Amino acid sequence: MKLKPFMFISRIQISDQVLPRSIQRLLRKKIAIICILALILLYTCGVFAECVSPYGYTDQDYSSILQSPNSDHWAGTDRTGRDILTRTFWGVQNTLILTVVAMLTGGLIIGVTLGLLAGYMGGKTDGLIMRVGEIFASFPDILLVIILAATLRPRILELARWVEDNTAIEGIIRTGVVDYFVVSFALVAFGWVGMARLVRGQILALRETDYIEAARVIGASTNRILFMHLLPNCISVIIVTVSMGMGALTGTEIVLSWLGLGIQPPRPSLGTMLLGAGNIGTLRDTPWELLIPGLAAFIMVVAWNLLGDALSDALNPRTR
Amino acid sequence: MWIYIVRRLVWIPVLIFFVSLVTFSLGRFGPGDPVVVMLGNRYEESTAERLRDELGLNRSFTIQYAEYMWGFFRGDFGESLRFRGRPVRDLIVPKMWVSAQLGFAAMVISVGIGLPMGFFIATRQGSWIDPALVAGSLFIMSIPVMVVAPALLWVGCLKLSWFPCSGWGGFFDSRLVIPAIVMGVPGIAGITRIMRASTLDVLGEDFIRTARAKGLSEWRVNSVHVFQNAMIPIVTILAFSFAGLIGGAFITETILGIPGIGRFAVDSIFDRDYPVIMAITLVGSMAFVVANLIADVAYAFIDPRIRLD
Repeated sequence: MKLKPFMFISRIQISDQVLPRSIQRLLRKKIAIICILALILLYTCGVFAECVSPYGYTDQDYSSILQSPNSDHWAGTDRTGRDILTRTFWGVQNTLILTVVAMLTGGLIIGVTLGLLAGYMGGKTDGLIMRVGEIFASFPDILLVIILAATLRPRILELARWVEDNTAIEGIIRTGVVDYFVVSFALVAFGWVGMARLVRGQILALRETDYIEAARVIGASTNRILFMHLLPNCISVIIVTVSMGMGALTGTEIVLSWLGLGIQPPRPSLGTMLLGAGNIGTLRDTPWELLIPGLAAFIMVVAWNLLGDALSDALNPRTR
Repeated sequence: MWIYIVRRLVWIPVLIFFVSLVTFSLGRFGPGDPVVVMLGNRYEESTAERLRDELGLNRSFTIQYAEYMWGFFRGDFGESLRFRGRPVRDLIVPKMWVSAQLGFAAMVISVGIGLPMGFFIATRQGSWIDPALVAGSLFIMSIPVMVVAPALLWVGCLKLSWFPCSGWGGFFDSRLVIPAIVMGVPGIAGITRIMRASTLDVLGEDFIRTARAKGLSEWRVNSVHVFQNAMIPIVTILAFSFAGLIGGAFITETILGIPGIGRFAVDSIFDRDYPVIMAITLVGSMAFVVANLIADVAYAFIDPRIRLD
């Protein structure tokens, strides 16, 4: 008897219809639309900070320091006369770069792959991956991130200096690459565990289904089963986790830069701006300094979280 | 069940071993020579060498680590580098007590508002209030601490002068209010959602119909039969909110000037006071691991349908 792979074709057809239907369900939710629009708007301002922002982020105008919001400076100025709106846009850009890099590497590449492997292989592989994950998860995560960022930065700076001294490459430190590297590394270190666990849970259930059995019988390779058959069926879990995870990563990135462990001045970051605006003296004299950076940070975290919530309703309509 | 508990208990020392190893090596191989930090501008090569000898920093990594852990389990966390000659334990215990009180106050707010709210929206499922409150609590939960703490400070202390601006005066002091709100309110969302889901589960049970059928008043059905049974799964999330409290404590305590463990940890990280960092990380991780274990086991004890294996 010749086995026709019709079951896989029908499978793919189903998932072809599932996704548009989920998107329809998502678009019916007003909250989801508002979140998507807010994120697009904010991130566009961040990505195109160079063109959108009215001033340069280090432009100091000593004739207009500590101004409250007015027609020249929509969000006011800080104590060296820098435009707060401009610095917020650049801060959003930095947050965007760092969180996306951490999510792509930590969440998607490391987290999903390890989750797939652990769930499908079972046995020792599963045990090892999950135990390592448990060790990472048993640190209070924010403490681990802070320790990593605080201890890694000087080491990597040393390395970068060594490279600059001994090779023809110049200006590594000036570009700020080191900061980006340290922060994304620290974020990745704890970002993969949650994703790996969820994907593994999904795979454990799928592994025993008939169609995976069938794929194995007709001799599909492990790679093919993992990435062609199992991965597409975890997509909804992954999408929800990415959305929620982006919210968490954004929050953690802001905490790091707030503690002075993120992107270093003069490059603006939301955390440093919030630190400057949040102490009691500044609050007493110039409370508006908190407003726009605070709003930007708030919108990013809130929009990702609410979107994740709406997504999980739209993708898994049964679990309400 | 017992096998499960024993297996989890055996696993705890392994976790603690790895956590301590990672923290210890980050501390030892991390940047900044603690001797340089201690001596400051009185730094001289000979003094530094003598101090290293005295502190045992010249010995091999394994010996230093073993010695540290041996001391740790006898309750000796070493001496602080920043506060010369003061044992770490004496430094962190009072600060932990402050943070524990603050955490308790925050927990009271989360549970006190989250439980009734989750119950309330579950009994009104299908009306507009249900999705609105769920989204609303998620909304509030997402405000970053470093935004909400200054904002509350501005409103509560500078504009309205209801509360003193910063500091700590014990559990029954008005200065507790702002930090407790900052740390407690984010937890409401999680508790509300679990309580909502579990109330919905209980409402569908047969014994609720029986209770109604035998003519009990609606209030009695709700308070005795539904509410009490729905509260059970909340135990599990308390462990998670404990982890959230540790994270929130860093920023809240620093902004609001509370002499708790979070602020002390941040200060110690910047001053490279490794013995203190080690002690805080280890104690924090241990508390976290044990809280998770208790939550899992308590869950199984309370709800006999759950099988752990």
